[in-house]
Amino acid sequence: MKKLAKQIIFYSALLGVWALLAKLRIWPPYLFPPPWGVGHALWDGFADHSFWIGIAVTMKRMLIGYSLSVVLGMILGLAVSSNKFLEDTLGGLLVSLQSLPSICWIPLAVLWFGLTEKAILFVVLMGSLLSVTIAMEDGRKQMPKIYGMAGRNLGATGFRLFWSVLLPASLPFIVNGMKQGWAFAWRSLIQAEMIFLSLGLGQLLMMGRDLSDMSQVLAVMILIVILGYMVDGLIFRTMERRLQEKYGLTPA
Amino acid sequence: MSTSPQKAYPVAVPTGSRTAVRANVFHGKPASSVTAFPSRPVAEVVVPKVALDAISLSYKTTSGERLLALDNISLEVKPGEFLCIVGPSGCGKSTLLHLIAGLNPQTSGKVLVDGSPVSGPGTDRILIFQELGLFPWLTVGGNIEFGMKMKNVPKAEREERAQYYLRLVHLSKFKDSYIHQLSGGMRQRVALARALATEPDVLLMDEPFAALDAQTRDLLHDELERLWAETGRTIIFVTHNVREAVRLGDRVLLMTFRPGRVKQEFLVNLSRPRHMEQADVARTAGDIMACLRSEINRSLEAEYADEKVG
Repeated sequence: MKKLAKQIIFYSALLGVWALLAKLRIWPPYLFPPPWGVGHALWDGFADHSFWIGIAVTMKRMLIGYSLSVVLGMILGLAVSSNKFLEDTLGGLLVSLQSLPSICWIPLAVLWFGLTEKAILFVVLMGSLLSVTIAMEDGRKQMPKIYGMAGRNLGATGFRLFWSVLLPASLPFIVNGMKQGWAFAWRSLIQAEMIFLSLGLGQLLMMGRDLSDMSQVLAVMILIVILGYMVDGLIFRTMERRLQEKYGLTPA
Repeated sequence: MSTSPQKAYPVAVPTGSRTAVRANVFHGKPASSVTAFPSRPVAEVVVPKVALDAISLSYKTTSGERLLALDNISLEVKPGEFLCIVGPSGCGKSTLLHLIAGLNPQTSGKVLVDGSPVSGPGTDRILIFQELGLFPWLTVGGNIEFGMKMKNVPKAEREERAQYYLRLVHLSKFKDSYIHQLSGGMRQRVALARALATEPDVLLMDEPFAALDAQTRDLLHDELERLWAETGRTIIFVTHNVREAVRLGDRVLLMTFRPGRVKQEFLVNLSRPRHMEQADVARTAGDIMACLRSEINRSLEAEYADEKVG
């Protein structure tokens, strides 16, 4: 309750300062629109369905691209963490590739796939695949060795050892990897959408720029923040907290 | 309490008769394996339950030197014996248990169980780790059933046996709790029940009570002694607490500091049940402690000498 009160005060103050600055007209309104202007843009966007369509298109791409990267990332991560040769070779390559901002994959994606849905999904995949893989690999390494030993001690071998012990033991790390993967996928997708004529939120943002409509730009930015936060904060953090409680880990 | 071989799981746990004979109720072993409580010299030749034959173990340290952790250890443990191993920390006593459990290979020598060499983990020997290694993603019941599940025991029998062992360690009410919801002593008992539920012949315990407060530990000593008496398992119990070793063991083995060797063996011929505060327990522990202290001093002197040279 106390935290909520603090947040209400903070956001009210923020809006107040914004409104005041807009009222003072230090900058012209087309560059610095007032809060009600942005509110209006939000209302209009939803009223003419363009925001609804943008959200639907973006979320659909997210689901496809992210699911792909989680599945592939887990397989890759497992392979890399369970084979010394792959760890020394492919593992190093993956880490170095992660220094590449995902937007750098766009030229390659456009040349390979053209200005298509596939190109966007490819960028999303490359943006989050590496972080899922690396988190998975780290998780396998950080997982307390005791569980594997206890499992073998109690007669678990081969696939059953993996399925009944190693996998659940690394679940907190896997969820962490999925969370990171989501954050990367989200960023990559919005970036990719800004380049193409693609109907998504990224394109709505660019449309705002093309029309010099600062209110729409800010409205879409707010939308992107809220959506991203909702998935991260509500879905992943809840999952993480539940796991930490169940596993007796103290939340960081 | 019945002394005849019995396959079914009795619904009630016998608790009153602490002085009772050691009946092998759950294994269906012949009644001849039933022995009276005070540890007894067994006259006939028995195949040792566990035998270590000239075990050595060395490994590379991070600085690249080879370190001899265990040096030529030979040892025999009789079926149904309660053996305690004491020694200064770093003497390799935990490592020894890992070798018997088949979790690590030794550098040379042989580990024999019932006369045949051990090549890997087996559910005839269950190790209770110092840090327990209970699975936090499973309930107490799930943890206890885990070993049976791996052995493909049918669900109904699994549940029945889990119930039985839960009652044995007085945790029936906590079947559906998760591990983090339990106290240290309760976790310890879950680990004990999980190990017992796979019905191992040999129970390997690695300083299981080291992290507990004195009252809980005393209580678990009583329970362990009772369980041992009721189930007739062979127990190898590692501890750094000499008094605990004397309180529990038929025999106490003293190990030396790096490299780990067997320094001396003490037979504990005290009547059971015993208590930590008993005068004769204290006296025997004192004798062993004197021997252990000289060992600790020697190892310390060796360390100081090393430092002067280096």
